[in-house]
Amino acid sequence: MKKHIQMQLNGQSVEFLCETSGTLLHALRDSLQMTGTKEGCGSGDCGACSVMMNDTLVCSCLVLAVECSHADIRTVEGLAAGDALHPLQQAFLDNAALQCGICTPGLLVAAKALLDKNPDPTETEVRYWIAGNLCRCTGYDKIVRAILDAAQRLRGNASVNELQP
Amino acid sequence: MEYCAPETLAEVCAALSNADGPVRVLAGGTDLLARFASGMPRPSMLVDIKKLAPARVIRQLPDGSFEIGAACPGIHIRADKLLGKYWPGLSEAMDLIGSVQIQGRATLGGNLCNASPAADAVPALIAARAHCRIVSVAGQREVPVEEVIISPGRTCLRQDEFIVSFILPARASRSADAYLRMTPRTEMDIAIAGVAVNLTLDDSGVITDSHVALGAVGPVPVFAVAASRILLGSSLDEEVLQRFRRQVSVMCRPISDKRSTAEYRTDVTAVLAARAARIAYDRAAADIAS
Amino acid sequence: MTKKSAAIGNEAPGMAPTIIGTRPVRPDGIDKVTGRARFGADVNLPGSLVGAVFRSPHAHARILNIDISKAQALPGVKAIITAEDLPVISEDMALINNQPPDFRDLSANVLARGKVLYEGHAIAAIAAIDEQTAHQALLLIDVEYAVLQHVVDLHQAMEPDAPLLHEHLITKGITPAPKKPSNIASRYEQVHGDVEAGFAGADIVISEEFTTQPVHQAYIEPHACMAQVAADGQTDIWCSSQGQFMVRAYCARLLDMPLSKIRVIPLEIGGGFGGKTTVYLEPLAVLLARKSGKPVRMQMNRSEVFKATGPTSGTFISLKIGARKDGTLVAAQGILCYQAGAFPGSPVRLGCMTAFAPYNIPNVKLIGYDVVVNRPKSAAYRAPGAPMASFAAECLIDMLAQKLEMDPVALRLLNAADDGTQTAYGVTFKHIGYRQTLEAARQHPHYSAPLGPNQGRGVASGFWFNIGGPSSAAININEDGTAVVTTGNPDIGGSRAAMAMMAAETLGIPYDRVQVLIGNTNAVSYSDLTGGSRVTFAVGMAVTQAAQAVIEDMKRRAALLWSVEPAEVEWLTGNAVLVAEQKQLSLADIAGQAARTGGPIAAQANINAQGAGPGFATHICDVEVDPETGHVKVLRYTAVQDVGKAIHPSYVEGQMQGGVAQGIGWALNEAYLYDENGRMLNPGFLDYRVPVASDLPMIDTVLVEVPNPRHPFGVKGVGEVPIIPPLGAVANAVARATGVRLFDLPMSPPSVHKAIKKAARRRR
Repeated sequence: MKKHIQMQLNGQSVEFLCETSGTLLHALRDSLQMTGTKEGCGSGDCGACSVMMNDTLVCSCLVLAVECSHADIRTVEGLAAGDALHPLQQAFLDNAALQCGICTPGLLVAAKALLDKNPDPTETEVRYWIAGNLCRCTGYDKIVRAILDAAQRLRGNASVNELQP
Repeated sequence: MEYCAPETLAEVCAALSNADGPVRVLAGGTDLLARFASGMPRPSMLVDIKKLAPARVIRQLPDGSFEIGAACPGIHIRADKLLGKYWPGLSEAMDLIGSVQIQGRATLGGNLCNASPAADAVPALIAARAHCRIVSVAGQREVPVEEVIISPGRTCLRQDEFIVSFILPARASRSADAYLRMTPRTEMDIAIAGVAVNLTLDDSGVITDSHVALGAVGPVPVFAVAASRILLGSSLDEEVLQRFRRQVSVMCRPISDKRSTAEYRTDVTAVLAARAARIAYDRAAADIAS
Repeated sequence: MTKKSAAIGNEAPGMAPTIIGTRPVRPDGIDKVTGRARFGADVNLPGSLVGAVFRSPHAHARILNIDISKAQALPGVKAIITAEDLPVISEDMALINNQPPDFRDLSANVLARGKVLYEGHAIAAIAAIDEQTAHQALLLIDVEYAVLQHVVDLHQAMEPDAPLLHEHLITKGITPAPKKPSNIASRYEQVHGDVEAGFAGADIVISEEFTTQPVHQAYIEPHACMAQVAADGQTDIWCSSQGQFMVRAYCARLLDMPLSKIRVIPLEIGGGFGGKTTVYLEPLAVLLARKSGKPVRMQMNRSEVFKATGPTSGTFISLKIGARKDGTLVAAQGILCYQAGAFPGSPVRLGCMTAFAPYNIPNVKLIGYDVVVNRPKSAAYRAPGAPMASFAAECLIDMLAQKLEMDPVALRLLNAADDGTQTAYGVTFKHIGYRQTLEAARQHPHYSAPLGPNQGRGVASGFWFNIGGPSSAAININEDGTAVVTTGNPDIGGSRAAMAMMAAETLGIPYDRVQVLIGNTNAVSYSDLTGGSRVTFAVGMAVTQAAQAVIEDMKRRAALLWSVEPAEVEWLTGNAVLVAEQKQLSLADIAGQAARTGGPIAAQANINAQGAGPGFATHICDVEVDPETGHVKVLRYTAVQDVGKAIHPSYVEGQMQGGVAQGIGWALNEAYLYDENGRMLNPGFLDYRVPVASDLPMIDTVLVEVPNPRHPFGVKGVGEVPIIPPLGAVANAVARATGVRLFDLPMSPPSVHKAIKKAARRRR
């Protein structure tokens, strides 16, 4: 029998039905039509499905949907505040930090988790933090630069960037 | 598959003992869910212990020992400064497991109960002389970590039992641990070899207590007692290190598989053992834990 | 940029481009950073079913019987298909325009007919009401096999007594044709000059054998599609691929359908690198949708991607070069054997053609063998065939430099191909910038930076043809004077930006007044797929020509409005200008009055683009090797490339950096591993080790611009060259760091350690 789950998604209360074996990733994509979160491997090895769960960065393919009862989930769709892009999103665009774009949602969520915790990371810290987010197009160079750039923007003008609803 | 997330020990025990059909304990789920995805049959009941408070604690007890909940995610272990001061090797070993995303979920309990020979945290726990608190409806028992894994993928736990927490003994002064592993990539990899060394020195820098554990070089993580003994009474001079390396090599019983040849595993374990011993020694000498 | 191209690109003679060469935000950028962009797995239709594929657990087996009755009986299962549901393709329908692929092979690859040829080979497909039911049904399919001896090893496959994959495969390219079948699908020979005479005149001869392993493109987006078939047979396919027209043509041929019955709607593509230039799921989804009468959605998991889609070939290459004492190369010779996977068609020919292309060598003889093995059918991967051959060639060049105690860049400069050099494969180079990449590498601070202990610096070069081909573009001018560019090519790495920039530059309007649309197969003229580094060159040429046609129309319309002759009107920075009367009408002015001048404004260009400029690159790589563990760390990397003209430099750099990262992965850790039963041991990202962010340094790029006069803005293809040099550059760096040379990839820690240990033993 399917389970009924209520959770917070990007600040909104949502409800859905799921099998106990279903993952959070599938709940997001199939039940809630939030397809911004991507599936690359289903085994936690690529990071394309990264989301924030109760302020912790996780792979949504390694979380059961039934574990999310009353959880606070944040995805790439919640990053921008209306028309205003998050500085990380803007930095990714300005630095051409995406090519095909499939890894981008996961990377943005992961990068935000880093900058929330460490507003002034070194290049090495950025590289190790995003090691769980595979990108096959860019060689990571411009992604790392974009994250460092966003960090600088956020440090320079922190008040503008309190974007969470 | 049914799912429950009990909040008390009694409820967890009841769920485990009342289940009809196969039951699995879910901690971080980073191994379990990946296996489900790759087609492993699902149990009829999944008991999630993440809501169980005693499985989520990290605390230093009055006698100086530490208790770490079996369902504490890696990020909490890594973030615990006091634990990191006393047990830097264990803290680093846990941190080496997977990505930040994995760290948000992965636990010591899962790392041990997955029963992989290559688990990073397990050699560190063994070298630390850690015990686990195993609970069931029948009561509680404490088992040294090295006795838990009996073969790849199998533990000594009965279906109605689960690990609540790990106990690390009180640290002596001038005592420290270190863990090193070899992986082809810098991150997101499984250890080809892993070595944990836990040393205690006297005031003159002579090693008075030594525990060494090896990962990925046998069917189960190896508590390398004979290698540990070589370090006793020494100040880690070159000749002793050479003998130590040779003994570690002798104690490796690796296989050749997709990740490495047996020969490489043996050679690199000896290299890592010497390096980890040096780090543990220097940490102990600096007396960082006091 | 040449004067000629300036004149074409913008009607004001001598005017410098204002948009080309800048770095604006890509048109699809916001959709891709907000999660709105729709990729292959992101479409859903009401009532759609989920498709799943039943795959062979055996590397090689005869299929004796397929029993689908139990699966069929499972509630929720709506359709099941096997090869029986695919039309049999006759010999005369096997090829389109005499070009590969062979559709008999492709048909047998999408659903095995009679025999399975690799683990993961599709046998049947199911459509069910949900994923769970579909996967349950897979377990109920019962296939009876007669397991055959398999062969995954290249050398073993070439033995006379090897198990045969195809019982009627007679080696092509040998006269007289062999009487007995074998696993050698074809032999290719490339002869230039007289190698015997060449080697006779050599002072130094170096010869070595090299092996490389199959590597996967490892795009992060698994293959995915959705198909819907209407009652009248009209078929819609939504999918992520490198070409919607390719998908249409392949499905039509495989399913024996008229092209006109199929519409392919391209979705965003989450990486391809050549691996999405063919079909796997699409024909199955169409058949399932037809059979069930419902839309069917299919998506591979990662293990299916590794096991059942094309990696590039593993190779064995034996090469020999001869040189004079001063370093002048006089001859090169060798044998290249490439694994094709389960069906013929490895890129061995391209390997032969590219191996020594950067060098002016008077005598070259290379023989290539295309060999089938019980592995997935190989597919294109970024500069198909070139990186492996170049790895072997560039290692030999480096060994020659070491032997002669010459600087490796100086040695390459001495032998560098120039304009007028006749290549071993026949073409004479024009407008190439290889020498310039070497000069730029030599002058780069990286090349003279000091190295520490256990560190080494490697250099390698690479060549890729680049192509043009049939291409289309349409430009519609909106009533407000904004422009919509429609092309038929999926944007795999920022090409929308390049198209918009070229259109804006030509029209003389701001970049943000141009939108780019990638049309479905009914909305835009045919275009070859996104591949061969052709889009910015060839489709860019079409876009520019369409923009020029718009300008001509604008001038005509302005002349009408002013009642003058069109010849009196000039087009200057987005305005029609009547110089004599000092009158001016902007594009928006004219667009607003379109009804008065003949109605809506649009233009289209359909071309077969010729004159793609070849690409050359030279890379510098520093590594540090842990002598006790064999672990290789890439410390610094610089890629120098002749790009013709960078339209959007950031995306050109991105292509270079991405290619380098893939090349480093290939060199150090990536490989397909098999067990003794021919089953893949590492079908996931945990043990198929693509580089992660912490494995790599920043990748410096130097864009050398030697313009291609055949393109209005001087563009040369840039996407493929960058994956070629890294294999050699890393290998040469490791050799110089350790004093030990490895001839086999990947140079994983165990193999580097073994080589160091062996050398130490030899020294003792």
